[in-house]
Amino acid sequence: MTSLPTQLPAKPRKAASLVMLVFAMAVTLAAFAQVGLARDGRIPAGLVGYGGGLAVLAGAAYFVIMRFAPYADPLLLPLAVALNGLGLAMIYRLDLDTSRTRQEAIAAGKKIIADEASAPTQLQWTFVGIFLFALAVVIMRDMQEGDQKFNLTPKTMQRYTYTVGAVAFMLLLLPIVPGLGAEINGARVWIRVGGFSVQPGEFAKLALVVFFAGYLVNKRQALSLVGKKVGPISLPRARDLGPILVIWVMTLGVLFVQKDLGTALLYFGLFVSMLYIATQRGSWVAIGIGLLALGIFIATFIPFLSHVNQRLSIWQDPKPYFQGGCLVDGKVVKTPPDIVDGQIVLDGITKCARLGGKYSDSEQLMQGLFSMGEGGVLGKGLGQGEPWRTPLSFSDFIFTSMGEELGLTGLMVLLLLYGLIVQRGMKTAVDARDPFLKLFAGGVSFVIALQVFIIVGGVTRLIPLTGLTTPFLSQGGSSLMANWILIAILVRMSHDARKPAPQAIQDEGMTQVVSTR
Amino acid sequence: MTELTLTLIKLAFLAVLWLFVIAAVGVIRADLFGSRSATRAARQPKPPKPPRQPAPRRSEPSKLVVTQGDLTGTTIELTSGTHITIGRASDSTLVVTDDYASSRHARIFAQDGQWIVEDLNSTNGTYLGRTKVTRPMQVPPGVPIRIGKTVIELRK
Repeated sequence: MTSLPTQLPAKPRKAASLVMLVFAMAVTLAAFAQVGLARDGRIPAGLVGYGGGLAVLAGAAYFVIMRFAPYADPLLLPLAVALNGLGLAMIYRLDLDTSRTRQEAIAAGKKIIADEASAPTQLQWTFVGIFLFALAVVIMRDMQEGDQKFNLTPKTMQRYTYTVGAVAFMLLLLPIVPGLGAEINGARVWIRVGGFSVQPGEFAKLALVVFFAGYLVNKRQALSLVGKKVGPISLPRARDLGPILVIWVMTLGVLFVQKDLGTALLYFGLFVSMLYIATQRGSWVAIGIGLLALGIFIATFIPFLSHVNQRLSIWQDPKPYFQGGCLVDGKVVKTPPDIVDGQIVLDGITKCARLGGKYSDSEQLMQGLFSMGEGGVLGKGLGQGEPWRTPLSFSDFIFTSMGEELGLTGLMVLLLLYGLIVQRGMKTAVDARDPFLKLFAGGVSFVIALQVFIIVGGVTRLIPLTGLTTPFLSQGGSSLMANWILIAILVRMSHDARKPAPQAIQDEGMTQVVSTR
Repeated sequence: MTELTLTLIKLAFLAVLWLFVIAAVGVIRADLFGSRSATRAARQPKPPKPPRQPAPRRSEPSKLVVTQGDLTGTTIELTSGTHITIGRASDSTLVVTDDYASSRHARIFAQDGQWIVEDLNSTNGTYLGRTKVTRPMQVPPGVPIRIGKTVIELRK
């Protein structure tokens, strides 16, 4: 809302951005080289392909920014490239191991695990992601006056607030559509289009930010000024509270139908934080957290949502569930599978169901914790640990894989990189001259921050584990594409916020006569 | 590859990761305070002696601070040439989003070492302390200027 010409003159920081980008690339290449040196004693053959591919892409993205958004924040692209590159290196490293176990499994005539780390696929998605990034920056460029026919910038998205809100809601509900939706790993968040599975929720989060920002820009005065004061917190009017309750019910609905706790938590957290940005009232945060706690409390009593109970129970004490535990009447009972002559006759899940309990397994969480424990402070070194032992070590649990091989020292770097992206986003929000853009940029930053908090908190057992992708690190096309578009929007907004303010049209300096009497 | 070489490579990689973070923070720092080369370049052409302009007196206010309203906490550094316009118009120095402010509400400028506030024919008026600003008035430091819901004051 302010433009301060007394600040440092805004100027494009091309050199700084390029240096950081080359540095980010060097970090990625070094990671690949280390994997190869540790495993085979030589620079890996994939280095040229993966490193070169990423370098060409990032270079192209750099030139697009310099051409279409020269005043953009110099750090956003390098930080995202560094994270994406480190993730790619880790997936490449896991790919080497999983493809080995895969070959062994085929040789032994065993069944092959369906999803596994695949570095070529991830590189393809990185291509698509960075291409979308460049495309988004080009589409949202400054338009000449009169050329308004197709003018899609972050600012003009405000016009489509409710349309975008409806789109977000539809995207959320798509996976439930029979025949289109698909359930993978217990969560119904996927849709199958052609041969691809897409997670529409990843794109819905972007649409939700636009909707929340547009909605709150209009309502923030009412939300922050009107209301009864009870003690230190001021209660909002019922009619202002209504939409928030709707959102609350909606996120609970997502949780209910799709069994996707992480996404529900993300959406709700996003809404509460954007409410806080818009109104600057702590009471909203208190109300939000209270509602969330109430929702989770109610969910523990609904039999259909027994997995909520399960997650909470594993979170409190994962040990009894290691390699399968059965929760019957609040107690954990071991139900080992019956094995006769090496063949599983009766598996633990069926046994547990016969007892009337709910079977769950904390092996993944425990393995992840062991993994980070193995890594310690300095880590095993890339390519020298055994992170593939954790199921989904390349997507949900890539953070613990990183922890095993880079140690606490490396994890701190990853968290700092996320922190810096979020900080740049918040700075963009502070610099933005328009209330809608302020909320938009703040919301986008919060999406990234919350996502990192929910998944990293989950795998480190700070909060109950809920499945979410780690932005830029995890393997997965939907997540990469959505996150690159988020960064493109931040780049665009930071360009608008940092470019020199338009000069005043009239210059009344000399014509005014002023008496100082 | 011996154990030792691998350990050294591992440590070197961690060091590179941290260097990356430090470099990134350096870029942010340069954004805030100006890069070292830029400040040097700015300093170079100036003669070592200060220009003839009299040094600002100690009593002169150096910044304008917003103390109430949406923009609370915003400060604007004042130099003798600063000319500050306040209003809802987007080209104002201080853009207030406030239904009680006019698009060109008031301006604050320096004249002969004094800071002057002038109301630009606003609908709801500008108040210096408790008096309505009907003609350009001198602003002493610390006295609140009220524009709609926004309150600003000069500070030393």
